[in-house]
Amino acid sequence: MTVETAAVDRLERLGEEVLRVDDLAMHFPIRGGVFRRAVGAVRAVDGVSFAIDQGETLSLVGESGCGKTTTGRMVVRLLEPTSGRILYRGHDLATMSEDELRPWRSKTQIVFQDPYASLSPRMTVHDIIAEPLRVQGKYRQGGADRVSELLDLVGLQPEHANRYAHEFSGGQRQRIGIARALALDPELLVLDEPVSALDVSIQAQVVNKLRELQQRLGLAYLFISHDLSIVRHVSHRIAVMYLGVIVETGTRDEIFTAPHHPYTQALLSAVPVPDPRLRGARERITLTGDVPNPANPPSGCRFRTRCWKAQAKCAEEVPQLEDRLGTGHPSACHFPELLTVLPTSGAAS
Amino acid sequence: MVNETEPLLVVDDLAVEFRTDEGVVKAVDGAAFTVDRGEIVGVVGESGSGKSVTAMSILGLVKSGRRVRGAIRFRGRDLGTLPAKELRAIRGAEIAMIFQDPMTALNPVVSIGRQIVEALRLHDRKLSKAAARDRAIELLALVGMPDAAARFKQYPHEFSGGMRQRAMIAMAIANGPSLLIADEPTTALDVTIQAQVLDLLRIAQQETQAATLLITHDLGVVAELADRVVVMYAGRVVEQGDVTTVFTAPRHPYTVGLLESLPRLDRDVDELHPIPGSPPSLLTPPPGCPFHPRCPLARDRCRTERPELRVVGNGTTVHRTACHFAEELAALPTEVTR
Repeated sequence: MTVETAAVDRLERLGEEVLRVDDLAMHFPIRGGVFRRAVGAVRAVDGVSFAIDQGETLSLVGESGCGKTTTGRMVVRLLEPTSGRILYRGHDLATMSEDELRPWRSKTQIVFQDPYASLSPRMTVHDIIAEPLRVQGKYRQGGADRVSELLDLVGLQPEHANRYAHEFSGGQRQRIGIARALALDPELLVLDEPVSALDVSIQAQVVNKLRELQQRLGLAYLFISHDLSIVRHVSHRIAVMYLGVIVETGTRDEIFTAPHHPYTQALLSAVPVPDPRLRGARERITLTGDVPNPANPPSGCRFRTRCWKAQAKCAEEVPQLEDRLGTGHPSACHFPELLTVLPTSGAAS
Repeated sequence: MVNETEPLLVVDDLAVEFRTDEGVVKAVDGAAFTVDRGEIVGVVGESGSGKSVTAMSILGLVKSGRRVRGAIRFRGRDLGTLPAKELRAIRGAEIAMIFQDPMTALNPVVSIGRQIVEALRLHDRKLSKAAARDRAIELLALVGMPDAAARFKQYPHEFSGGMRQRAMIAMAIANGPSLLIADEPTTALDVTIQAQVLDLLRIAQQETQAATLLITHDLGVVAELADRVVVMYAGRVVEQGDVTTVFTAPRHPYTVGLLESLPRLDRDVDELHPIPGSPPSLLTPPPGCPFHPRCPLARDRCRTERPELRVVGNGTTVHRTACHFAEELAALPTEVTR
């Protein structure tokens, strides 16, 4: 079966729910003392829920330590969650054993951030892309042809197959990583900062390739990024994370044109925009302080220590993810307010 | 001789090479620009454009590289020919540097306060320890360090990334430099912390009236902070001018390509237009214009004749580009100029 024929089935199921993550948590133990007992836990992810449809891109955005990468790694089960469910077309991957997982592994694949660290320097490009096929026992029937097809799909030449990763630029390496992720006809790709290590002119090449592949193959993407400009460009829906929880989620337009969580607003206002004419014309919210320690998160709302609107209630009560303003999308803030942070001119789509 | 009629800093036809096992890497190949007193000049470019090597060369910090051509004049004096002792007197006093990674730039076994005191007393022997201490605490407070007196005694590992960068800025402005060189000062930081540090750089600049050379790959940071911008590609300056002109009416195909490949936070873009191919090898740079293999306007002349920086347009400010066909580019409709 070629990559394109396998895609026909997915294209027929566009809009069907592929993945539902339900109250997912990952607590890494902090060990101390002579017996290395757990003396506490870093609550990297602390109750996250979302769903992704076939053909859709959901982006997880947030800063270092917000739990976005940990969430992505749990979805492909590189990490075993502390609690919660990972429902892949109704099957809970969260609690499966390695043996039970094996047939599901091919359905969700991951592309890593660093194209220099994620490809073996001792393997040829052919072997890197063929490895998932070999592991799943699918290489013997037409594996070599499939590798050529995958190379072509990501925009590399057939003669690249016999070279080693170090002979390629960052952008080309990331294409190799994408080809490897596509080898087993996955339905969902977790893209963990896939273009963050690349220069802008190369970034755009890879972003365009990912969008083209999604349209041709009907793939669902969980796109993990700290870069809000790229997120605006690639996403259908967005979930904003802070300190292990989702603070606001909605469609791309809802998040960019009608954000109502103060953290989302602060994030959007903090990104420098490459247009000197907008200097000083934008609403600027500069947050004070740093992200608190996830081993000891603040009570109530986790954002309250940096929030300019924080009141007593914020320390006492955890705000649930709800649509308090009736805008059609929820945020986890007791006192949400609509605020236009970005210029509205080009915002309508 | 101190020459006050010339700009504060003149980088004149600078060329820096590195010898490697594979051959000679021409990291900088004829870079030229100036920085006036009190202005913020952004130097942008991608990996390998030569922007960092250029910045490091100013203070003679490129140890393994060899300057093969050109001059760097600061207040009329060629820094490349100064005796080591005189250069040391300038470093950290008249010219100070802010590095990308404060964890490697700060000494891990000396408290933040002592490092600032050291910087102060190194350049002012008459300053007493107590006075230096007071001044250091004052500086830490100026860069927005809460509880500066307590922070004075702490070590770099006790600081967060943003706080370390603040400490480094405090140290950089300690001796009232007339030129600050900031090499990717916010690249390692999260966006909300980056916003804090950018505000601080603005404050530091106003406070000291120092000219700032801001090296970055982030076009947003330049648009936000710089007065003028210098665009580098493959070791050369391909375009320079005031920031609004270069961003809204670029006259080099590389600058146009960079701006069109950027996804935008402030508007929806249907499709990104990447620059095809990748930057050239600096071991064997292409003849003629270094951008010609990736340029949509390239023709025979570009493959043979190296374009020199020349003035274009008739604006109120000087706009230079190194493209043979800049006028043709001006006539093309592009997304960026809308």
